[in-house]
Amino acid sequence: MIKAILIFNNHGKPRLSKFYEHYTEDTEQQIIRETFHLVSKRDENVCNFLEGGMLIGGSDNKLIYRHYATLYFVFCVDSSESELGILDLIQVFVETLDKCFENVCELDLIFHVDKVHNILAEMVMGGMVLETNMNEIITQVDAQNKMEKSEAGIAGAPARAVSAVKNMNLPEMPKNINIGDISIKVPNLPSFK
Amino acid sequence: MSPSVCLQEMIRVIRGARTQGEERGVIQRECAAIRAQFRQADSGGRSHNLAKLLYVHMLGYPAHFGQMECVRLIASSKYSEKRIGYLGAMMLLDEKQDASLLITNSIKNDLSHSSQHVQSLALCTLACMGSAEMCRDLAPEIERLLKASNSYIKKKAALCAVHIVRKIPELGEMFTPSAHSLLSEKNHGVLHGAVILITELCERNPDNLKQFRKSVPELVQIMKNLVTSGYSPEHNVAGISDPFLQVRILRLLRILGRNNDAASDAMNDLLAQVATNTDSSKTAGSAVLYETVLTIMDIRSESGLRVLAVNILGRFLLNNDRNIRYISMTSLQKIVQTDHTAVQRHRGTIVDCLKDQDASVKRRALELSLALVSAANIRSMMKELLLFLSTCPPELRSHAASGIFNAAGGDVRDETVPNLIQLITAASELHCYTVHKLYRALISDIVQQSLVQVACWCIGEYGDLLLKGECEEITPMQVTEDDVLDALETVLQSHMSTPTSRGFALTAIMKLSTRITNNVDRIRSVVSIYGSCIDVELQQRAVEYNALFKKYDHMRYFTMSYCTVILEFGCRSRLSLVLGY
Repeated sequence: MIKAILIFNNHGKPRLSKFYEHYTEDTEQQIIRETFHLVSKRDENVCNFLEGGMLIGGSDNKLIYRHYATLYFVFCVDSSESELGILDLIQVFVETLDKCFENVCELDLIFHVDKVHNILAEMVMGGMVLETNMNEIITQVDAQNKMEKSEAGIAGAPARAVSAVKNMNLPEMPKNINIGDISIKVPNLPSFK
Repeated sequence: MSPSVCLQEMIRVIRGARTQGEERGVIQRECAAIRAQFRQADSGGRSHNLAKLLYVHMLGYPAHFGQMECVRLIASSKYSEKRIGYLGAMMLLDEKQDASLLITNSIKNDLSHSSQHVQSLALCTLACMGSAEMCRDLAPEIERLLKASNSYIKKKAALCAVHIVRKIPELGEMFTPSAHSLLSEKNHGVLHGAVILITELCERNPDNLKQFRKSVPELVQIMKNLVTSGYSPEHNVAGISDPFLQVRILRLLRILGRNNDAASDAMNDLLAQVATNTDSSKTAGSAVLYETVLTIMDIRSESGLRVLAVNILGRFLLNNDRNIRYISMTSLQKIVQTDHTAVQRHRGTIVDCLKDQDASVKRRALELSLALVSAANIRSMMKELLLFLSTCPPELRSHAASGIFNAAGGDVRDETVPNLIQLITAASELHCYTVHKLYRALISDIVQQSLVQVACWCIGEYGDLLLKGECEEITPMQVTEDDVLDALETVLQSHMSTPTSRGFALTAIMKLSTRITNNVDRIRSVVSIYGSCIDVELQQRAVEYNALFKKYDHMRYFTMSYCTVILEFGCRSRLSLVLGY
């Protein structure tokens, strides 16, 4: 079973934290800090597995992590998961994020953390691996996003119309229209704001 | 800031804060605005507000006032609001809150919703935070969904069922027939979920084991299809067809074949095929190969297959990739009890791994080395382990030291004792832990003389640390002065103790006279009793110590206080000097 999935940057700021067992808020923050502390000490060419008496639960649990550019992806698992399998799973997760966000970077994760949660929910459910086929995951996530957009569509129409007009460049209304001999005074229309 | 500003805008403002205090201020203002919004029951922008609250929660700020809003949003008819509501429920609610019961009804309704996406939201939330009551209520719904025609829902329902079985094992019976039938699905996601469900059912209840053993041929067939099928772009990871599913099935086969000849026979061919044909140049292949090896070692496989398995592990021990070396040592640890001689063949490589730079690899190597210590190799192993102890990282030192003590128990020669003592004195931060551990070892067993000698010496030297009670790395135990003296006297009186051990015990008792306050009289009487002991060596010591008490009490503290490098003989010669012998 996967106990927790954490993503944080090189300074320890959390970018995603998903716990599959209940802990109090304080304990959750402590776990994030402790995990960052353990993982940031590691060199670049050591193995991706860490163990040893952590807050998150004792000798049965391991931390399996991967470091991509500025982000650490850490999965805390117990002994029922295959360690090498989880390493591959992290890779699938990152590749899926890459496909969904188009060349994902840390800023994408920062500003769209709810979307990352939705993608993760299609891969891991209740601490167990749900789906590992990247195309399947992306298909489902796209379908869900479409559903959301179509709902927002009707309700959001007035707001979108207003902002569209605000951005329009209306030409200046002429004060007089002169066509030959006829001079029509243009009535004073209230300015369209 | 406008109340219905979106999540991104708030994040931008928070990131603009230059200090922690400024960030706190921004977040407090935002939370106050969100709270006010929640109270208004205003329907616009509700999902934005909850999203903002969840972001703030991730950063570590309190967000409990959002719990009821989650309940409200889950009950909404709009998908976007349900989505964020369920996410909020998973992050903010748990069994202990009353609010979690309130969403049971919404989940029940959503499980029968026409849209599969809404159903999946409900399933996901139930699997993540469903309490025992919720699970009991909704189990029949889940069972119904297991038979649905939609494979997307089926796979989610399978994992939800696993969660239910974990919470309420008795409900496992409800899912057994469906689990069986799920094995004939083609969809890999559903198969994966089914295998996890069957694994959980078998682990919880041995009766299920008997039932699911009948599925072994089916599982073997699925594996065969995966292994022999051509390239399938959908599930391919580095040339292996769906390694995740393969690993799961192998694990299930291990549970089913354990202690059962018939089931083990049925899998032999398959395991041989996987072991020889899997390409292990990438992680995916290695994962499958390891799982195969572990399964071979755990079931009643034929000896040829076992030899093949241990050889594969040995080969991986020499792999350049540290991950693979780590994993192979983990696997060897699992089989070292049952196939000791096979693992001994690789002792050299394992001991070399003690010198690896990587702390994780070092830890695995230490565990395995301690397990491999035997009467035949004790001397060379002790040398390596002591060398390791002097250079190992601090977090491994206590584990290494206690392992060495236990291993050193019966078979070690006398010169190891002073070496060990010397090492202990050098590792000052270990004193408290060491004396606690050795005291516990002493009260449980006084047969191993070297252990007894080192234990007595430590108790004498660091008795005050023992009596203080607290020690970081182990569970605390109240030790009174009487307890300690009882333990040392037991050593003195036991017919199993050698004269050397008795000498250690007596000296330790004497040393304690300067470290304890209440029982000095008891010490005095013990020492004087041994003044007429038959053992000459012991008698001489007792007489000298007696003299310290009687004529030279003022010097007792000096002679019995902490020594930095002590060898039993050294202490005695100092005494002789003092007493003019």
